[in-house]
This record gives sequence, C-alpha cells and structure tokens, in this order.
Amino acid sequence: MTFFEMPTPLAARRLFLGRSGLLLSGAAVALLAGNDALAAKGGKSTAGDVRILNSALGAEYNAIAAYQVGAESGLLQKPVLDLAVTFQGHHKQHADLLSKTITKLSGTAVSAKAKYDFPVETLKTQADVLRFAANLEKGAVSAYLGAVPLFGNHDLAKAAASILGDEAMHWAILRNALGEAPVPDAYVS
Amino acid sequence: MLVRLLAGLILVVAAGAAGAAIKGDPAAGKEIYARCLACHTLASDRVGPRHCGLFGRRAGSVKGFEYSDAMKRYKVVWNEKTLDRFLANPLKIVPGTNMTYAGVPDPRERADLIAYLKQANESPECGK
Repeated sequence: MTFFEMPTPLAARRLFLGRSGLLLSGAAVALLAGNDALAAKGGKSTAGDVRILNSALGAEYNAIAAYQVGAESGLLQKPVLDLAVTFQGHHKQHADLLSKTITKLSGTAVSAKAKYDFPVETLKTQADVLRFAANLEKGAVSAYLGAVPLFGNHDLAKAAASILGDEAMHWAILRNALGEAPVPDAYVS
Repeated sequence: MLVRLLAGLILVVAAGAAGAAIKGDPAAGKEIYARCLACHTLASDRVGPRHCGLFGRRAGSVKGFEYSDAMKRYKVVWNEKTLDRFLANPLKIVPGTNMTYAGVPDPRERADLIAYLKQANESPECGK
C-alpha cells in the first residue's frame, strides 16, 4: 500500500514512520562525534578521510537545498510534504555531523553554495518533485557506497555506511510514494 | 615451452585489446549515470563539475568550478580513453582528487557510462 492509498494523512504518516526507521543510528553519531575514540581505535584518519567527508558534506548541502526547492514548490501535498521536510532534516543532521567531524580532524569544512541551479522548470507535479528527490537519494547511496571502502579510519567508514542506510531508506520510501517497487534489487550499486 | 608462453602472451594482449574496444550501450550507461547524480549533472556544476562539454575538455578546466589542486595539475584532455582510465579508479589515477569514489571497476559498465555521456553531450540538455 502506498502513501496515496492511505485513508488519512495521519495513517500515511504512521505507515511511513513504521516502515522507515527514522532515527539515524546513535552509534554512528557517537562514532563521528567522538574524535578521541576515532583516533584511538579505528585506525588513522588521513587527509584523504577529510576529503571524503567534505565531498559527502557538499552532497548533503545539495540535498538540503533540493528538498527546500521541493518544499517551497507548492506541489507537495501532505503527508508527502511532511515526508520531504523529515528527509531534509536527516540531511541537515548528516551535514552538521560531517562538518563537526571535519573540524575535529583539523580540516576545513566546505560551505553550502550561495545558489543551487536546480532544473525547477521541469518540476510541474508532485511526482516530478518526488522523482527529482529519489534520483538524488539514489545518487547519494551510490556516492556513499563508493566512499566507504576509501576511508583510512574504519569507524568513519562505519558511520558513512550508517548514513548510506538512511539515504537508502529515503530512496525506497520515495519510490514507494511514486508507486514503484520500493526495493527494486537485492543490492545497491 | 617458449611457444606456449608466446601463445599465452598473445592471448593476454588480445584480451586487453578486446576490452579496450568494448562498444558501450548508452541506455545501460544512463542507468549507471544515476550513481553519479548526488554530485554531478549534465548541465550544472554541483559537488563535481558539469558533464556537458566533457569530451575534448582539459581536466580541471570548467570556469568557476573549484577543483582540487591534483585535478588542476592533471594534464589530460577527456576522451573515451582518458575517461575509461580515470573512472576505473579515480583516486589511483589522480591522487588527491575530490572525486572520492572508488570507481567503476567493470570495463563494460565504464564503456556504457562513457557511451551515455557521449550521447548526452549531443543532446538538447547540453545545448545541441
């Protein structure tokens, strides 16, 4: 059953909450936030790790801006609008944590761009916005998947994998909202 | 023995040549390009630079895009061959690049991806 088939917005929200497991892993947060533990246990963090985290941070800022475009488009109806705002909140949490971690590793965190050039002229319906967000989430899953094996520090890799899981849930829920199979394959790539 | 070794060598060389000559499928490549969309688009710069105008462009040369020093120093022109090499393992080919992605190890997938990028570069989205 999709969100559109639910009898009330409240029911749809309950469905979403029940299916998605909304909270980012507390362990991952602790892993990223506790740089002392990082240095002591997970292997040496390198300048390469900071570069990876900064690339991830840039992508998170991109996602936050994209969801803002969606939320302000006037095309999203409740409960889908709530969904978008919730997912944007996750990306904000990711960005905040990545930024703090980069700083703790003595790096310089990238900033959000002053302006994002999204193809807003192609967003004409709620489904268009959902498709736009789903494509970004799928790309985010792939980006984290491609980054996880590159970390010098295993705890950072584990935390990035935790974020990957969150992005994958976003992607699945958005596909479900579009009426598509939420999990099309056994593996992501 | 020497004949066997030579025959083996010829086979290895032939296999390499065949690998380099894989004809990519743009439709399959479009699916693979979906992996890139968190950081790239065809027409706009994001975390990574735009892909319109990619073929024939010198690495690190999109105006206004902030590249790593490593990419600025990487003096190649993007074409099928240089892209294939880079995409296989970006950080090995350009250590210090901001493209912190493990790469596309499958030659077939790389050929498909490059075929899609070539086709997309000739599309209206890229002003063609």
